[in-house]
Amino acid sequence: MAKRIGIEVSLAIAEAAKLADVDVVAAYPITPQTHIVEHLAELVANGELDAAYIPVESEHSAMSACLGASAAGARTFTATAGQGLELMHEVLYVASSMQLPVVMAVANRALSAPLSVWGDHSDVMAVRDTGWIQLFVENGQEAVDNVLCAFRIGEDPRVLLPVMIHLDGFHLTHMIEPLLFPEQSQVDKFIPPYQHPMPLHPDRPVTMGAFAPPIIYFETKKAQEVNLEAAKEVILQCWDNFGKTFQRYYSPVECYRSEDARVLLLTMGSFSETAMTAIDKMRGEGREVGLLRLRLWRPFPFDEIRQAVGNAEVLIVLDRALSFGGPGGPVCSEVRSALYSEDKRPKVIGFVGGLGGRDITPAGFEEIVDRGIEISQKGSDQEFEIFGVRE
Amino acid sequence: MEKYAVFVPKLVTKRENFAPGHRACIGCGEALAVRLACKPLGQRVIIVTATGCIEIISSQLPYTSWRVPWIHTLFENTAAVASGIESGLKILMKKGRIAQQEIKVVAMAGDGATSDIGLQALSGAMERGHDFLYICFDNEAYMNTGVQRSSATPFGASTTTSPAGRVSIGQVTWKKDMPAIAAAHDIPYVATACPSYPFDLMDKVAKGAATPGPAYVHILSPCPTGWRFAPDLTVRLGRLAVETGIFPLYEVENGTYRLNFDFPKLRPVTDYMKLQGRFRHLSEDVINKIQQRVNREYAKLREKVK
Repeated sequence: MAKRIGIEVSLAIAEAAKLADVDVVAAYPITPQTHIVEHLAELVANGELDAAYIPVESEHSAMSACLGASAAGARTFTATAGQGLELMHEVLYVASSMQLPVVMAVANRALSAPLSVWGDHSDVMAVRDTGWIQLFVENGQEAVDNVLCAFRIGEDPRVLLPVMIHLDGFHLTHMIEPLLFPEQSQVDKFIPPYQHPMPLHPDRPVTMGAFAPPIIYFETKKAQEVNLEAAKEVILQCWDNFGKTFQRYYSPVECYRSEDARVLLLTMGSFSETAMTAIDKMRGEGREVGLLRLRLWRPFPFDEIRQAVGNAEVLIVLDRALSFGGPGGPVCSEVRSALYSEDKRPKVIGFVGGLGGRDITPAGFEEIVDRGIEISQKGSDQEFEIFGVRE
Repeated sequence: MEKYAVFVPKLVTKRENFAPGHRACIGCGEALAVRLACKPLGQRVIIVTATGCIEIISSQLPYTSWRVPWIHTLFENTAAVASGIESGLKILMKKGRIAQQEIKVVAMAGDGATSDIGLQALSGAMERGHDFLYICFDNEAYMNTGVQRSSATPFGASTTTSPAGRVSIGQVTWKKDMPAIAAAHDIPYVATACPSYPFDLMDKVAKGAATPGPAYVHILSPCPTGWRFAPDLTVRLGRLAVETGIFPLYEVENGTYRLNFDFPKLRPVTDYMKLQGRFRHLSEDVINKIQQRVNREYAKLREKVK
């Protein structure tokens, strides 16, 4: 029987990586991710985790060392945040393009300048198109469960792609929650050993990372796109299997009291839990509002979004990142574009809020819903609304 | 030289792990150096290459010149990728996932990838003490992108981003002393080599590969395209670089310096410089300045050898 333990979410993520018996951790400290890699270092130092811990000199090298370790056939884990994710940027593309299933926890953080160590999704959006599988978790239990799922999904021979688990910096990383940890034997069964089909080894020389002239580059990119799209099926199977094994179920778009809702709010990450409180209150007042929580960010769940939106008339999307000079938040843009070709579609209203650790309270979510409804009726001269900024 | 000094050519393997048919320029000193380096390395290696000439000429999809496991990812991260492979192999062997055996990880990069953009990653990997050999193939500029200056470009050389002009002599900075930087990390083995001295080169690569911990070999690789000389002069220019004292061949083994080829009297630097278009514009004054600097640096090296 699994035990429930009170533990900080960052440490829990490290414990999950330990349960997955990772072989190599290459990491560089950055707030608010540090507790994850500190705890991994501790586990290795105490002999509780048999892994190589590479204390690299930068995030660029952290991800580069992960590439090397994964190419040699090792199960590889790292964690980063904000500026660290930005420094890794070009390396991220290589991990996905070379099909190296590194798993990385990202403690979502704002980007400089001005310097801010607090949470938002600016770092995520900057790496949106890097070809990684990306999922969002809202609480500690989801984080633990999805670290385990990430290894199984990424290392599946049908997939072989790196996976990012996004969790909100501080708002989630530094919470202490009562969490269930599966038994080692269950995890061993759930995640088969990593077997790269063609690892670097003298017994079977391979050339990895050859360069591509125009005659073949595009073909490799199409293959990559097809592969990432196809990974969705494996992700669904994994979550299904996880649910049957551990009785906790996950899906690409989670619906909360959304049935028959005329107005839907869509959020991503741990703010969803606050939004639920607001929805409960509004439902209590007889209002037909519901919540959609986007869990699977890449590959983007187009069908699930369309299905979840159903017959709603207004869809209010909250982004925690700005696309400067653009159409508002990236989540809103993508959701809107996913719905555009539908014959019957809701009005999609975009909000940007919660940047750099700015809180949104349940009352704040009510305000967003009210204002969203108002815009849907009266229109607005803005492409999107910025919420919670002092004028 | 111990092993190769007598009857040398017969002792060298005929096997080419860096296969012919690659796309290097005629007379490429770097391709020659890589070919020679691959001989003592043998087949129980994994080679990591930085973006640059060697990567481009050897790996165009769907072809490969590599008969050993080989990986390229990016420009500046070669040493970091090598540290990941080395750590990965070690832990997989420890955990019994792959058979226990000797597999050497060898990083190969150009002078830009080593002394400029990849210096941080290399410094980190050397400091952490990974068991790997790093070979810098130094052709003294960014040749792959069209002869732009790097920190390894010599004083006075005209490149496309340090062009000689009416008010400029070309490169106005002195060549960064990369072997000294490697030696300052207190790693067990540092050496300089040149394909014009093939047996010395192979010996040093073999030594570096056999060294437990980080080893660094810096190989001067004359480049007919970038230095602007006739492609049949590659080997001669390498010899002249050594005989003029511009590029002395030495080793630093556990902190002890050894000069592998010493000359009672160095040849004048002009013997080396006059054959190359990149120095053609230099006045006698500037050449004298270079000569003085070479004399001084060579004397400093001799001091270290004592």
